[in-house]
Amino acid sequence: MIALIDYGVGNLFSLRSSLARIGADCVVTDEKKIIESADGVILPGVGAFGDAAKKLEDSRLKDVVLDYARGGRPLLGICLGMQLLFDRSFEYGEHRGLGLIAGEVRPLEQFVKGQKIPHMGWNALKLSSAACPLFKYTAEGEYVYFVHSFCGVCAEKSDLAAVSDYGGYDITAAVRRGNVMGTQFHPEKSGEVGLKMLKAFCEMCEGVQA
Amino acid sequence: MLAKRIIPCLDVRDGRVVKGKNFTSLKDVDDPVKLASFYSECGADELVFYDITASAEGRKLFSDVLRRVAANVFIPLTVGGGISSLEDFDRVLKCGADKVSVNSGAISDPSLISRAAKKYGDQCVVLSMDVKLVDGRYVVYSRGGRDKTDLDAVEWAKFGQANGAGEIVVNSIDTDGMKGGFDLPMLAAVCDAVTIPVVASGGAGGIEDFITLFKSVNVDAGLGASIFHYGQTDIKELKKCLNNAGVNIRIC
Repeated sequence: MIALIDYGVGNLFSLRSSLARIGADCVVTDEKKIIESADGVILPGVGAFGDAAKKLEDSRLKDVVLDYARGGRPLLGICLGMQLLFDRSFEYGEHRGLGLIAGEVRPLEQFVKGQKIPHMGWNALKLSSAACPLFKYTAEGEYVYFVHSFCGVCAEKSDLAAVSDYGGYDITAAVRRGNVMGTQFHPEKSGEVGLKMLKAFCEMCEGVQA
Repeated sequence: MLAKRIIPCLDVRDGRVVKGKNFTSLKDVDDPVKLASFYSECGADELVFYDITASAEGRKLFSDVLRRVAANVFIPLTVGGGISSLEDFDRVLKCGADKVSVNSGAISDPSLISRAAKKYGDQCVVLSMDVKLVDGRYVVYSRGGRDKTDLDAVEWAKFGQANGAGEIVVNSIDTDGMKGGFDLPMLAAVCDAVTIPVVASGGAGGIEDFITLFKSVNVDAGLGASIFHYGQTDIKELKKCLNNAGVNIRIC
């Protein structure tokens, strides 16, 4: 069973539908016990970092997610959920993240010049040489759907799983440190390419179960 | 590199897709869920649904349609039509919309843009406008192009961006339904004024029109309705031609 964490941030309809489409057993929850017993956890999120980080903390789910990640089972952050994995963010002030991926979240405009912001639309993936299990069925150059104005900057290059070129700058598209993974783009909005990533994630979760 | 987007637009009334020439003489086309799945498989990068129903019953049907589409189609969905409050945002977002497009609702109450952006995030708020050239000036019209306002399209676009709109859809009343190509001078004027993505709408008659659009104006996406619904232009073929013409596009 995959737990989709509901901490009051964003819309889980599409994510739940896409998991249902690939036949995954998924529960939308904010309950500690259910999350602890899940074979895999997805941390979604849209909106502002500070607000989301606060909601995660207020709902006491921050420690639940951290404990879960330490337990070694697969954790996937999506969009803002990926950004929350980082140490901190500079989105309207400075906010602490989960610290599962070393680095910071900064405004795209600091890196990308002369391009429109938000970075919105379909962009091609450049996969890192170290294979990420999330990309088991993903080919180099496949397109995924992005919508964001801030981006994660990895302190450790080995945490970078994929990038996308925007105006000559390689935006962090996916991160991975062991069992902790994150995508800046939305797999649930990236058509067949995205569904295959969710399928790969579910297979990792099943692997843990077995 | 970020790909230029091709976006079919589906006007929905009483649970069915309709499309008119210059906003009048609507004609039924197809089932929204079937059409949406078909477009997604053909390579549409996004879908726009406009609710053109006025009745409460029609609105309920629209929500049902939206829910069924969102459960079956896994590309971004934008919803517009009759959005005039945060409750309207909430209603369509809960049915699976990713972005919400405001038009007349923002004209009557401009604070709706910033309030929605604050609550749901900039990425969620699309400012859509119907524009007509009047005495050498681009003027915004409300209520589906029926009522002239005193808003200047370029200033209105800037206002939208400054207040948190994440994207702008510009529909030219002059070229809409005419199939003679997009309104390039008007689109250029809006694109030059903002730094957020701009979607071009109104006037697509064939593949050449999209090539000309992307080659001459810095828009991010081209929107079309009847051109796709009646099968005159196949999205796969369109994308192949755009790619051959050197336009960066998602081929799938």
